[in-house]
Amino acid sequence: MLSERTPVRFYQVGSFAVGNRLVELERRSAQSDPRRANSLSSGHRACAGCGEALGARYALDAAMRATRGQLICVNSTGCLEVFSTPYPETSWRVAWLHSLFANAASVATGVAAGLRATGRDVVRVVAQGGDGGTADIGFGALSGMFERNDDVLFICYDNQGYMNTGVQRSSTTPGAARTATTQAVGPQPGNAFGQGKDVARLAMAHEIPYVATATVADLFDLESKVERAMSLHGARYLHVLVPCPLGWGTLSKDTIALARLAHETGIFPVFEAEYGEVTSSVPLRHRTAVEEYLRPQKRFAHLFDKSGAVTSPDVVARIQALADRNIRRYSLVPDEDQ
Amino acid sequence: MQRQIEGSLAIAEAVALCRPQVVCAYPISPQTHIIEALGAMVKEGALDNCEFVNVDSEMAAMSVAIGASAVGARSYTATASQGLLYMIEAVYNAAGLGLPVVMTLANRAIGAPINIWNDHTDAMAVRDAGWIQLFAETNQEAVDLHVLAFALAEELSVPVMVCVDGFILTHSIERVDLPDQDVVDRLVPPFAPRQVLDPNDPVSIGAMVGPEAFTEVRYLAQLRMRRALEVIPELAERNADAWHRPPTGLIHPYRSIDATLIVVAMGSVLGTIKDVVDDLRATGVNIGALGISCFRPFPVNEVREQLRSATRVVVVEKAFSIGNGGVLSTDIAMALRDRRVTVHTVVAGLGGRPIWAASLRALFVNAAEGTLPATVFCDLNEELVERELERMTHDRSSRSLARRDRAE
Repeated sequence: MLSERTPVRFYQVGSFAVGNRLVELERRSAQSDPRRANSLSSGHRACAGCGEALGARYALDAAMRATRGQLICVNSTGCLEVFSTPYPETSWRVAWLHSLFANAASVATGVAAGLRATGRDVVRVVAQGGDGGTADIGFGALSGMFERNDDVLFICYDNQGYMNTGVQRSSTTPGAARTATTQAVGPQPGNAFGQGKDVARLAMAHEIPYVATATVADLFDLESKVERAMSLHGARYLHVLVPCPLGWGTLSKDTIALARLAHETGIFPVFEAEYGEVTSSVPLRHRTAVEEYLRPQKRFAHLFDKSGAVTSPDVVARIQALADRNIRRYSLVPDEDQ
Repeated sequence: MQRQIEGSLAIAEAVALCRPQVVCAYPISPQTHIIEALGAMVKEGALDNCEFVNVDSEMAAMSVAIGASAVGARSYTATASQGLLYMIEAVYNAAGLGLPVVMTLANRAIGAPINIWNDHTDAMAVRDAGWIQLFAETNQEAVDLHVLAFALAEELSVPVMVCVDGFILTHSIERVDLPDQDVVDRLVPPFAPRQVLDPNDPVSIGAMVGPEAFTEVRYLAQLRMRRALEVIPELAERNADAWHRPPTGLIHPYRSIDATLIVVAMGSVLGTIKDVVDDLRATGVNIGALGISCFRPFPVNEVREQLRSATRVVVVEKAFSIGNGGVLSTDIAMALRDRRVTVHTVVAGLGGRPIWAASLRALFVNAAEGTLPATVFCDLNEELVERELERMTHDRSSRSLARRDRAE
């Protein structure tokens, strides 16, 4: 019974998030329901401030609510898998299968096919992984799942690197970012520009029914996108930006703030697309310069001096140009002269 | 029902009789006809409640089978050669997860150099993966082994690979007795999975296991595999009674009782070997043969028993471990390690080279006379090898002889 829910007492100060208590009862977040699934329950071994753990908890609980608990989750190898299932413990309160790093999308295809063949296609399938298991080693399997339009929602929790193995570059690591394999040394410190994959746009190129992006700063948006995805059939893709205190060199308490800055700077556009066409985007409420997003992150420390002043204006300008392109491409500032 | 049928199609019919629920595969010679035939059966509705998935790679093929098996669907795929190597990580994974997937391996060489013809190098590459590996001698046996494989895999919750010689079996048309559906339904009951992903009883499958328990996990896997050595003969006997054919058990002895020279091999080459055995027996050579049908788990006790009269064993292998020697030979030598038996390796049929009865006959005669070296490459072009070795003494370049001759 909705009316039996615990009254939500907290409200957020200094943010633009809509407090859950201001939302009508039936539209309240899945997390505000004391009977929520707790798909990823407490006690796991993620770092403090882990964006991925937060994103996975909200995404899966929303999917569980949308499917009335009739959900099977396939996980690729990575942080999320390692910190949640050190034998003999598991944090998953959802039917959960981990096979390999590269094959989560294919395994999910198999789960969906097996459920259909055994007459249980009321059970829905979510596959999830990090950016490595999505954009790099798992991309072939993901693309195959997309083009076959298999009935799977694939969620990528993108922390922009191989954090579990010690912060190496992936194909979603941004330009200039320091990782263990794109060191902050030499004439062009950090990751090269002009590389990398925009997986959400690659997903759109497959013309699948639904593609969306989200961040862990706007969890209500994340939940509603998962619910929208679960209301559809066929291949669906959700790309969630999840800051990583370890890999980004940021404070645990800043995870949400950085996710919000990624959006408010235009660096990470938040949008939805259906059958290859963008259908909506979340506008920037307070457009912010990219250096505000970069400065708190140690992986970009080589762009600033100790006082926080920009020492590589050309590099910051290049990142700003990428953000500005996103703002134009997704109409993130509606009033701006296109 | 007796039919004149291509090996691949007979295998497809046998798999269909076992009522698979998810069939997924990626095309690769010489396996392709099997999945083409199954795909057509699914598309025309001849296979009830079966999903056919056209996947993007062999890695995806085995992964789809893993996912489907984990939700309790009977899953089948087929591959060969490079395809098997491309999916090898998932091959190990299916075994580690204890998922009873059945896979046909149409045995083929591994490149480079690229070569699409038959040998056993692919199967040897996954011999330690935790799959039961059965080798068919004939297309009839291929059919019988597939029916056995589904029952065996699901009984033990261990994946089973049925190895059939590419082209030699998959592409030859011969008489095959395909069992009736009601017989197969008795022999292969509906899949009752040992573990299943169910939202109403959620479990985590595929957790991380550290040093504190990994050894025990592997030890239990070993016990489960060894159990197959008891289950296979039981199933083989039961199936044989149902379709009135000799059982396809662990091993196939041929005129080996009291033989002092015994030839050991796997797969279709046993036909040629048996002809040579007959031929040599007629000339008074005390020779016999032993076919290994179940390579993993290796039936040590049965092999020891069947080789008890042998003083000399010749292992004919379509694969070898570069830098050491025969692979099956090593297992045979291990089985006989407390006996005074000389074990020879004959490497034959690599990359599809025909194995001639005359060549084997000469080698077996040498073995009987005690002049066969420890390891022999059957029908090796020694003149070519000598020429290349000589050239390499003064030219590091690997360019061809022909090109060098032209330059001169």
